Amino acid sequence: MIHARGLARTYTTRRGDVDAVRGVDLDVEAGEIVGFLGPNGAGKTTTLRMLTTLLRPTRGEATVAGADLRRDPATVRRRIGYVAQSGSTASEARAGEEVVDHALLYGLERSVAVTRGQELFGQLELDGLWDRKAGSLSGGQRRRLDIALGLIHTPRLVFLDEPTTGLDPQARANLWTHVRGLRDTRGSTVFLTTHYLDEADALCDRILVIDAGQIVAQGSPEELKQRVSGDAIVLTATQPSDVARIAAVAARLPGSSEAVVDGSVVEVRVPQGRTQLAGLLRALDADGLEVDGVELRRPTLDDVFLTLTGRSLRDGEQSRDSADTTDGEAA
Amino acid sequence: MTTTESPVFLDEQAGRSTFLRDSSTVFRRAMRISLRNPVWSVMGLLQPVLYLCLFGPLLEPIAGQLGATNAYQMFVPGLLVQLGMFGALFVGFGLIGEWRDGVIEAERVSPAPRAALVLGRVTRDVIVVFIQGVVLCSVAFLFGLEAPFWGVVLGIVTGALLAAAFASASYAIALTLKSEDALAPLMNGIALPLLLLSGILLPITAATAPAWLNTLSNLNPVKHVVSGIRAQFNGDFGTPTAIWGVVTTIALAAIGMWFGARTFKREDG
Repeated sequence: MIHARGLARTYTTRRGDVDAVRGVDLDVEAGEIVGFLGPNGAGKTTTLRMLTTLLRPTRGEATVAGADLRRDPATVRRRIGYVAQSGSTASEARAGEEVVDHALLYGLERSVAVTRGQELFGQLELDGLWDRKAGSLSGGQRRRLDIALGLIHTPRLVFLDEPTTGLDPQARANLWTHVRGLRDTRGSTVFLTTHYLDEADALCDRILVIDAGQIVAQGSPEELKQRVSGDAIVLTATQPSDVARIAAVAARLPGSSEAVVDGSVVEVRVPQGRTQLAGLLRALDADGLEVDGVELRRPTLDDVFLTLTGRSLRDGEQSRDSADTTDGEAA
Repeated sequence: MTTTESPVFLDEQAGRSTFLRDSSTVFRRAMRISLRNPVWSVMGLLQPVLYLCLFGPLLEPIAGQLGATNAYQMFVPGLLVQLGMFGALFVGFGLIGEWRDGVIEAERVSPAPRAALVLGRVTRDVIVVFIQGVVLCSVAFLFGLEAPFWGVVLGIVTGALLAAAFASASYAIALTLKSEDALAPLMNGIALPLLLLSGILLPITAATAPAWLNTLSNLNPVKHVVSGIRAQFNGDFGTPTAIWGVVTTIALAAIGMWFGARTFKREDG
């Protein structure tokens, strides 16, 4: 559905050239939900804008929805839906009319557009808002209206740029259901960007991790977590004097990292925590070592990101305002 | 949850999307929004009507000195041009609002031809200026305008066509600057000298102006539009002045449209 090779974008600013995206290769198959994960300013939006024909790549080639990005952008546009980060409806206009007008630009008949629009309003829980001004909708409603706009022509490939930013937890969970529904009931391919780890984790079949304009890792959320970090096993010794011996036993597990001791707590990282935990407990028992507490901590995508880039995704979040400005300029 | 949904992709209704159909979609959307909130259109009319009511009467006693038999016959063409310029130059502000809402981006990612996105909006602006022109001339008749009916109609149409040029330019500049704060002084900076050098209040001729001012004003295409509409108001449809005015207006509109479409087409930050 998407095949990109060496996609790059360089911006010329007063301070010199800025490489927003430095040669991205990516392949997305039909029916996949693929997440583009990275901190603000990593090049997610720029890549998305290139793939949706809004920005001409400085270098590189891509085929999107079966059409060549450079030679046939019109066909690409016809076949994709794009839900931008910044919204897509005028505050002054009425919700239903915006959706129908957008459908007409895709060549749909008015009657088809109205039926399809009302269907989408039902699915996206926008019932009764057809005649409301877009500006009078709540943040979550307006976001779902954007999505209705992006889906009005039932595209085979849907791009969502930070779809849940600014939504409350319930609205986010709702939206995830809709995104999964796109794939499950319609067979659409979904490509989304996010800087939320839980979102990428919960929603995506596959994740591409982008940092500083390059893809630094890809795989299913499970693969990424296993490959990079492994699981943490945290043991609390009943007798503080046993700590050293517990640490020694834990460190003997196949593939184990050095055990870290903190007071009466021992932490060790192993490749397959779930299957290795039972063996560890038996080995401790055989040596007559007692533990009060056992905790198995699955790695998070934040661990992955930290391992890959040496930086935490959440660090990026703190400096969000400045990062957003950079991204905005870049986008 | 999706029992009513059709599993087919509707995304390939090729051939149904045409330049005229898309322009008309964009036009109707823009017109609808303007009609629901007519405050701007009324405000745009206020300025020339105020000039007509509060400045026009001053010209009545000196009409003869300016070479006119009827003061309003000389003055209203200038007001039509002022309407076409000022009404249209500020449409860019609305576009910046739409851009901020993400509307432009959403339209640019659709297969609609870029020129249709401009033409649809400009058509709305032209029609708004046309209606404003009709209202203005009706008020002018009440004040004592005497001019041939078809000359007035042609003058209103020419003024509306001039609006197409300035509206397109305004959209192009707005989409490039993307900031109301930058747009306002630039628009005033363009509009004021163009307006003063076009002789809309008093005709600039070899008889009324110093040579350098007359020469300078002759370089301003808007002056030829004003002179053209004055000729139309006098019923001189076939004179070089009238024809030259129409040709200039059409040329300006064409340049404006090209400039506007080019800006919508150019992918940018």
